[in-house]
Amino acid sequence: MKKVALIQGNEACAQAAIYAGCRFFAGYPITPSSEIAEVLSRKLPEIGGTFIQMEDEIGAMAAVIGASLCGLKAMDATSGPGLSLKQELIGYACMAEIPCVLVNVMRGGPSTGMPTGPSQSDIMATRWGTHGDHATIAVAPASCQEIFSETVRAFNLAETYRLPVHILMDEIIAHMREKIVFPEEGELEVLNRAEPTVPPAAYKPFDASFGDVPPLAAMGSNYRYHVTGLNKAEDGFPTTKAALVDAEERRQLRKVDVAAVAKNEEYLLDDAEFVIVSFGVVSRSARFAINQLRNRGIRAGMLRPITLWPFPAQRVAEVAKNARAVIVPEMNLGQMIGEVERAVCGACPTRSILRVDGEPITPQQIIDEVEEVQHVL
Amino acid sequence: MSFDYEKYLRPGKLPHIWCPGCGHGIILKGLIRAIDKCRLAKNRTAIVSGIGCASRLPGYVDFNTVHTAHGRAAAFATGMKLADPELTVICVGGDGDGVAIGGNHFIHACRRNIDLTYIIMNNNIYGMTGGQFSPCTPTGAFASTTPYGNPDPVFDIARLAIGAGATFVARTTAYHALQIDKLITEGILHKGMAIIEVVDGCPTSYGRRNKFKSPSDMMTWLKDAAIPVEKTEGMSEKDLEGKIVTGILHRDETRPEYCEQYALLRERAQRKEG
Ligand SMILES: Cc1ncc(C[n+]2csc(CCOP(=O)(O)OP(=O)(O)O)c2C)c(N)n1
Ligand code: SF4
Repeated sequence: MKKVALIQGNEACAQAAIYAGCRFFAGYPITPSSEIAEVLSRKLPEIGGTFIQMEDEIGAMAAVIGASLCGLKAMDATSGPGLSLKQELIGYACMAEIPCVLVNVMRGGPSTGMPTGPSQSDIMATRWGTHGDHATIAVAPASCQEIFSETVRAFNLAETYRLPVHILMDEIIAHMREKIVFPEEGELEVLNRAEPTVPPAAYKPFDASFGDVPPLAAMGSNYRYHVTGLNKAEDGFPTTKAALVDAEERRQLRKVDVAAVAKNEEYLLDDAEFVIVSFGVVSRSARFAINQLRNRGIRAGMLRPITLWPFPAQRVAEVAKNARAVIVPEMNLGQMIGEVERAVCGACPTRSILRVDGEPITPQQIIDEVEEVQHVL
Repeated sequence: MSFDYEKYLRPGKLPHIWCPGCGHGIILKGLIRAIDKCRLAKNRTAIVSGIGCASRLPGYVDFNTVHTAHGRAAAFATGMKLADPELTVICVGGDGDGVAIGGNHFIHACRRNIDLTYIIMNNNIYGMTGGQFSPCTPTGAFASTTPYGNPDPVFDIARLAIGAGATFVARTTAYHALQIDKLITEGILHKGMAIIEVVDGCPTSYGRRNKFKSPSDMMTWLKDAAIPVEKTEGMSEKDLEGKIVTGILHRDETRPEYCEQYALLRERAQRKEG
């Protein structure tokens, strides 16, 4: 019989990390993410893994990257202020192409913000926080069961693409308790990074002849190599040669297969005139609102990005073609709406519902907005 | 037979970026001799640095090498060592890298007494960025950002390390080339956090502004300012002003090492689990 439990979102995330093969966690305490660290501080040593509480978030990110370089699947969990501190090293992991998973349980901001209030205000900080051009993958679950499966997928994506992968949650889903059915071993796919098969002397950590995601050797194995945050050539050593820098930068961006990474939930979208684009806790209000609206004969539906980055621009563009309006409720002052507008590109009107007072967006707010739009259009 | 450095240098990576007269190359050679003495296997040795002139060292040597971000060597190394406790992990970097931007990681790595060997190449300045003052620039000295003389007091790296809990702390200078590999060897063999501060000269960014006409003047300064710790008995703080106290300054074999402690914790957790 399958194991069933009533657990908190953060705990589901921690349990899923172990399921995915995570054996190293470094972090620094911060509400509302701390339960992930607390659970893993207990669980990891039981299975031979390692938990370390570092001196700050920068150190935590550094330790995670170091452990991953030595071959372990590694994770870190934080909230807004910690995300800000980690940005330089998130860029390092992008440049040096070292897989890791970073959970961000979002609170408001800027600065200390509202530590116990829910928010979705780190969408853009996740995408663009670190300087320079880089690929970003972020997943955004909306239930405890999905936190489990998306955490496993986040590890798979990190290992597949040699990238830091973000798990974006808001305080509500991270602290919510829901029933979850634990998948059995082997039920969910668990992927490991590709390791080199060439003789050690021939190994180049960024050898594009093996594709856009070259194999990564564990440091301390038979492969010796160099890692740097400087622009590098295929052999890992720094270069300023224009053609090499250009080729590497472009490969680093190109390597994420947008179609393969994409994952959306589409709820009553086929005939929807009013398309709501939302994720995380807001999507739960949206679902409720859509049911109410449908009862009143209003054809509303939802596109819910589960992979938030890369943003599902193409799908948004497709659904906008048959929509009377696209409505974006989000718990910030207008972040995802920008991506949606860019994708919709004038095909239909777009509307925002914004909230940053520490309270969730209610179904009623969404219902009201749809009804208003219906009248003005 | 003369010592074969090339065995440990990466082919094709020289010449290095360091200026003529820079002390960092002397420390590189000392590190190579120490690694040779300890008979470390190349595949099982990692050299981890931050950012700066000193931190370019890993690129030249044929080990697992990680040139991290400014100040973060100790934190990266902590993750690596915990992931693979049998790996020999050696950190290298400048004074600015290690105890300014990296100060927090430095003291906490010392506190944990994790089995790293950390070589601080202390040239009293931010060399790479053109000679801004560091926490180790002498008070009153001139740097590109202290045109009126440095108003800041100075960090004593070795004392900082001892206070923070490192269990092997030593200091020497680039003039004392043979002592460099001796101390690094001891540091590598020591189980726990070993800090080896090597005071050296940056003729380009520090010397020129501070009346060292040539790199050899900087060498003379290192030679004259150094005083072996054994000879400091009975000397006051004032007597020691401007001196560089050299040798093994602190050694404690009794404090437990962090990875070993964590292994015990794992055993406890697993007993409870089972
Ligand atoms: C986060 C960050 N801040 C600043 C810099 C610029 N920077 C590069 S090297 C350096 C100073 C290096 O000085 P030190 O560590 O003493 O080594 P040295 O160059 O003297 O060997 C600075 C400030 C940087 N690379 N990263
Ligand atoms: S600037 Fe100073 S520290 Fe840097 S290489 Fe030149 S002499 Fe050495």
